[in-house]
Amino acid sequence: MIVKLKGELDHHTSEEARKKIDKQYFNNNLLNIILDLRELNFMDSSGVGLIMGRYKNCMNRNGKISIVSTNPYINRILKMSGLLKLVKIYDTIEEAIRG
Amino acid sequence: MVEKNNNRNYMKLEFLSKSSNESFARVVVAAFASQLDPTIEELSDIKTAVSEAVTNAIIHGYEYGEGLVVVEATIEDNRLDIVVEDFGKGIEDINKAMEPFYTSKPDLERSGMGFTVMETFMDKLEVESEVNKGTKVKMSKVFKSLSRKE
Repeated sequence: MIVKLKGELDHHTSEEARKKIDKQYFNNNLLNIILDLRELNFMDSSGVGLIMGRYKNCMNRNGKISIVSTNPYINRILKMSGLLKLVKIYDTIEEAIRG
Repeated sequence: MVEKNNNRNYMKLEFLSKSSNESFARVVVAAFASQLDPTIEELSDIKTAVSEAVTNAIIHGYEYGEGLVVVEATIEDNRLDIVVEDFGKGIEDINKAMEPFYTSKPDLERSGMGFTVMETFMDKLEVESEVNKGTKVKMSKVFKSLSRKE
């Protein structure tokens, strides 16, 4: 599943994003998730929480989660959170699919 | 009247502890800070730090109940001071709350990174809290863009 997140990802918006992602993921019995963050212009630690939660869901199914992100401010918070030790980050969807 | 300082400015914002106000609060403070001619990075730092503090007030201070959040910002030369205050349940152990990855609400998928983000993106962070009285987060940042021009 490829999830494109647009606009601002904070505590308020991440609740809705989480519901939508999980519904698709579990209802369709999916395995892998690619999170495309290239059209996000803001993310705080709530976004990190959202990604960590989806990471756990994927791990429980032996699936894989990848991030596509090119925004330096978003990449900075991803790096700070230690998330990049668990999840790989790519510049394009194609690279993420290739792994 | 206090002595007039032309390089001083002040604002105060008060709103209900609704998560939809998180973006409102950070945009207001960023707009106020824009008179310091910040870089995009500095603006991003401030928006993120304010967002973290306001989110904490809503989730932890009021635990999703209704209360008031007060955000104050002061400009003094090229320094911006921000205070985010709630009148909610307070923090019992501030040191523990400030530890990276610690969260009192792991079931809510919180990353436990809020205070770490504030500390990293701002130059100074101080937290005052009293149980059942509330929490006050004070942050400061010196803007380099303006000092470069001097």
